[in-house]
Amino acid sequence: MATEFHNLQELRHSASLATKVFIQRDYSDGTICKFQTKFPAELDSRIERSLFEETVKTLNCCYAEAEKIGGQSYLEGCLACATAYIVFLCMETRYEKILKKISMYIQEQNEKIYAPRGLLLTDPIERGMRVIEISIFEDSGSTSSSSTGSPSSGTAQ
Amino acid sequence: MTGNMHLGVEEPIRECQYNQICTHNSSTMDTPHTKKKKIKRKWQVFPGRNKFYCNGRIMMAKQTGVFYLTVVLILVTSGLFFAFDCPFLASNLTPAIPAIGGVLFIFVMGMLLRASFSDPGVLPRATPEEAADIERQIDTANGPSGPGYRPPPRTREVLINGQTVKLKYCFTCKIFRPPRASHCSLCDNCVERFDHHCPWVGNCVGRRNYRFFYLFILSLSLLTIFIFAFVITHVILRSNRTGFLSALKDSPASVLEVVVCFFSIWSIVGLSGFHTYLISSNQTTNEDIKGSWSSKRGKGNYNPYSYGNLITNCCAALCGPLPPSLIDRRGFVQPDTPQPVAQTNGTGACPSNQVQSHMTYIDDEDCVNPSALMSLDSVSSAKAKHISR
Repeated sequence: MATEFHNLQELRHSASLATKVFIQRDYSDGTICKFQTKFPAELDSRIERSLFEETVKTLNCCYAEAEKIGGQSYLEGCLACATAYIVFLCMETRYEKILKKISMYIQEQNEKIYAPRGLLLTDPIERGMRVIEISIFEDSGSTSSSSTGSPSSGTAQ
Repeated sequence: MTGNMHLGVEEPIRECQYNQICTHNSSTMDTPHTKKKKIKRKWQVFPGRNKFYCNGRIMMAKQTGVFYLTVVLILVTSGLFFAFDCPFLASNLTPAIPAIGGVLFIFVMGMLLRASFSDPGVLPRATPEEAADIERQIDTANGPSGPGYRPPPRTREVLINGQTVKLKYCFTCKIFRPPRASHCSLCDNCVERFDHHCPWVGNCVGRRNYRFFYLFILSLSLLTIFIFAFVITHVILRSNRTGFLSALKDSPASVLEVVVCFFSIWSIVGLSGFHTYLISSNQTTNEDIKGSWSSKRGKGNYNPYSYGNLITNCCAALCGPLPPSLIDRRGFVQPDTPQPVAQTNGTGACPSNQVQSHMTYIDDEDCVNPSALMSLDSVSSAKAKHISR
């Protein structure tokens, strides 16, 4: 009985973390937030190069948009200064709004593209915007976790 | 069939076990008397040498004595001005004087508190996996080394706008510092776009609070000049009526205000001028003192971060987007994620003497002499005097 217990538990957590790959920042354009689009060797067999580059390029565009100095950011800055920055107690900054968009994008990418390939992207904001952490999972069990719904089956021996 | 009977008796328990696997973590079933681990907020386990108040909302450096002095000086001088000089000035000249003074005072205090209490742009330390990954990359880059061979300093070179910039590896935070970032030895943190550590403000000045610091010193210069000018006016007007000595006797506070303002004006106006120069050339105090972009270093040496245009540089520094804090002070610590290792040289945790903060920090015995960094402010004001000449 104890062995069955352990097998079910293992089946539930059928994938185990194998390794993590870190996509570093690209500082060639200065201090703006931009990640390297170089394809890491560890992902060679896991995902197509184009999909990976598409993800990183979209992220880079979003960050560039957030840090862009232009009409809207000036307006926001001047309004904030005029109200002694109290306005930020009620309203989100443009940067924060874009970060929320990015986090939803990463979640969507994880669900559609990365999780089916046994990969998981971590939002860079959780790593201090230093790296994009990609966790690579390996399948340790043979079947996927379909045991969540089945309680006392197979009691007969 | 005895097996079945046996099973029949145990069946409810087994079903319970399976349900536990399906919905809960099995460890909760193993220990019925689970120790209720108090979930901590991230500021409570922050590895840097900062003090936190209001449950992580306020963040300051460890030594805040000089900050309290700043607050007291401003409050006392302004208070004396409003109490003793403003009634006379409002009735004899115009009530706009205390009104403008009031607005300036509120703006100064607002900017000071904002600069002191906010996160200057601290970079969180690397997680253990990141640190291991970087170490691996450095080892493969450096090649094998024999015993006793000291590895070269860890740097990476990057080309920014045609200038070669060296990124240094921070041994405390275990990261390659982004360009313009620096490690503050007083706060023991890497700070983005590190300007300097200001003891008057009680915090580092970095990317996220530089504009508040600049607006603080600018508005404080205006307030100091304002108070100085109108206190002198007040004394002169009174002397015209009653004579100089009796004027001083009637409002003794004015003497104190004039003295404080006179000595403050030189340093604060000078500092404002210096920082205006830094903003217009898009440099940090750190870079200016080191002469990183000075033409004396080489013919082709220029500042790669400057936008080339004075107005754009100013607008970028003051009205650019304000990035959010990267350290998530009030978030909860996830029990299964590994925390970055805090460097501990001393032992024992000194309990904080603040009533509100529950943070304990580890006293680092061999921290750098803070007067070395405090002299940064005096250097900058000396430079300011040089520039203003």
